[in-house]
Amino acid sequence: MKIQEADAKALLLAQGLPVPPWEVARTPTQARAAAVKFLGDPANATGKVVIKAQVLVGGRGKAGGVKLAGSADEAEDVAAQILALEIKGLPVRRVLVGPAADIVKEYYLSVLLDRSTRRLMFIGSAEGGVEIEQVARDNPAAIVYEHVDPLLGLPDYAARELAFKIGFGPHWKAGAAIAKGLLKTMLAYDADLVEINPLAVIREHGAQGTPVERLVCLDAKVTLDDSALARHPGHEALRDLDAEDPADVEARRYDLTFIKLEGDIGCMVNGAGLAMTTMDLVKRAGGEPANFLDIGGGAKADRVAAAMRLILDDPNVKAILVNIFGGITRGDEVARGLIEARGQQEREVPMVVRIVGTNAEEAAELLRAAHFETAATLDEAAAKAVASARATAA
Amino acid sequence: MSVLIGRETRLVVSGITGREGEFHSRAMQAYGTNIVAGMTPGKGGLRALDGTVPVFDTVAEAVRETGANTSCIFVPAAGAPDAVLEAVGAGIKTIFCITEGIPVLDMIPVVEEVRLAGARLIGPNCPGATSPGRAKVGIIPGSIHREGRVGVVSRSGTLTYEAVQAMTDAGLGQSTCVGIGGDPIIGTQFLDVLKLFKDDPETEALVLIGEIGGAAEEEAAAWAAEHLAAIPKVAFIAGRTAPEGKRMGHAGAIISGGAGTAASKVAALEAAGFRVAESPTELPALLRAAGFRG
Repeated sequence: MKIQEADAKALLLAQGLPVPPWEVARTPTQARAAAVKFLGDPANATGKVVIKAQVLVGGRGKAGGVKLAGSADEAEDVAAQILALEIKGLPVRRVLVGPAADIVKEYYLSVLLDRSTRRLMFIGSAEGGVEIEQVARDNPAAIVYEHVDPLLGLPDYAARELAFKIGFGPHWKAGAAIAKGLLKTMLAYDADLVEINPLAVIREHGAQGTPVERLVCLDAKVTLDDSALARHPGHEALRDLDAEDPADVEARRYDLTFIKLEGDIGCMVNGAGLAMTTMDLVKRAGGEPANFLDIGGGAKADRVAAAMRLILDDPNVKAILVNIFGGITRGDEVARGLIEARGQQEREVPMVVRIVGTNAEEAAELLRAAHFETAATLDEAAAKAVASARATAA
Repeated sequence: MSVLIGRETRLVVSGITGREGEFHSRAMQAYGTNIVAGMTPGKGGLRALDGTVPVFDTVAEAVRETGANTSCIFVPAAGAPDAVLEAVGAGIKTIFCITEGIPVLDMIPVVEEVRLAGARLIGPNCPGATSPGRAKVGIIPGSIHREGRVGVVSRSGTLTYEAVQAMTDAGLGQSTCVGIGGDPIIGTQFLDVLKLFKDDPETEALVLIGEIGGAAEEEAAAWAAEHLAAIPKVAFIAGRTAPEGKRMGHAGAIISGGAGTAASKVAALEAAGFRVAESPTELPALLRAAGFRG
């Protein structure tokens, strides 16, 4: 689960990491109040504030979602503009307001899961502020990798080593402490990824107005492990419902994995790998899948009926392909769910059903009696669904 | 012979008295798997599966009393990492963890403990393995198999059943089928299973079923190019049409930053001498085209 920058920063701050102050505003008036506070802060070396759209997509800056303001009036105007934006289809409902940083140097630091070594791994670079994938292409030598010991974590010496390798110069102690803090954040919240880009040396006004430099997390990206949400009750509040389709919420309620796509053939499958394969075969047969939908193992009739409603809620769907390989899932249960769902559905959409494995014969009997179109093989089912979608569209 | 499991398998099932654990234990027993013990804390002294299997409070006790050498775990996600550690601690060397939905970070120290103990973990979030005619451990339906000489390794569950059924229908039997699991952190990777198949005299052809995400298929392909050059090999990769950045059901099935795509995996496998099918139903014909006569 991806979370917004402001929420990610709150998690970092709670784990003791250096994050410059910020406030979240939902209205231009709130943004103005926050701006007044930061413009009047004697530590603010630029005399400006930055206003950043809080949406879960990349490229906020290019879309006009990140702007500076030098006065309270300007902050209010800029916030009003940004709050009226839609970035890559997502409405901006919140902005982050903070002091505009006087940046001396930008670094990159993240900790993530390295699947092949089955360990956590730090990625760091003195070339921050740009996409790390870009650095990896243009100047791979500028990237530093450091694995985390699966039992010991990141001992102090390893954190120092990482900081020296990245090259934080006089800020190496802060760099090492931040690395440890990122790992602590990851473990505390069951994150998949904690990424700071840029991790920046910024200049602020000290006590007597003298410039002071420090290393801070200027931006933050955190994704949380979906499998661990149950043990972090607070995480559910961080879910950005704007970044979701209404169908996602319904799918979660019935324990279905549903991903909406652009095509017109609705798919209902048991098992993630088989669901992907079914999509691939629809495409190969000349069609376009409307969704990925895994009803999981052991689905009963009610879950099947809920899955059918989700598929039919998409007005683009012109045909439905049901592909079930019964193992734990019983074919007759699925057939009953399909029959029940068809009795309730509001619009008529052609459906091709293929059920094999556990209780496939009982399922075939039920489907035959209810006049469903069936298919024996996966390839045949895909071809029939594509033909039906074309007939409906014509 | 077979890999991982066989006639010598003496299985202890953790969570044998739970709904899933009992259901699948019955199916395993009916297939011929030698289930010697069950483990559910607090239920020691009972007998499961119509009185045929003694239940113990701890895996250590089950091993001591019955000589169990393989473990199958049906414990819910919150307790499953601990169940793996318990099996390791009891000295078991082959551990299958069927449980899905385990928080990823929980598995990192567990796979390390497994490695340090010289044991092998298959899964989590895996369907298990079948050695047709000998034993099955996990949840793969026994009916789809046929005895033979094709080794199958897959990251998926039902997709594996699909491919295996296609082979059985075409008269191609299997030596062992292994589902390694769809999570980002798993105990046994494609490469590890290929190494086992290489040393198994009964495995004369290979089927690898992968999916988007990670680089395990690429790593396995590179190794196979060097060490399995002579053996007929076919593969199927699910997720050619999956969009980037979306988790396709399996926690590990995600394309991120342009890495882990089906195209990259297909290219690596083809370069390594695998024939890659566009549908799982084409696997038997491709295997024959690759020279397999089994």
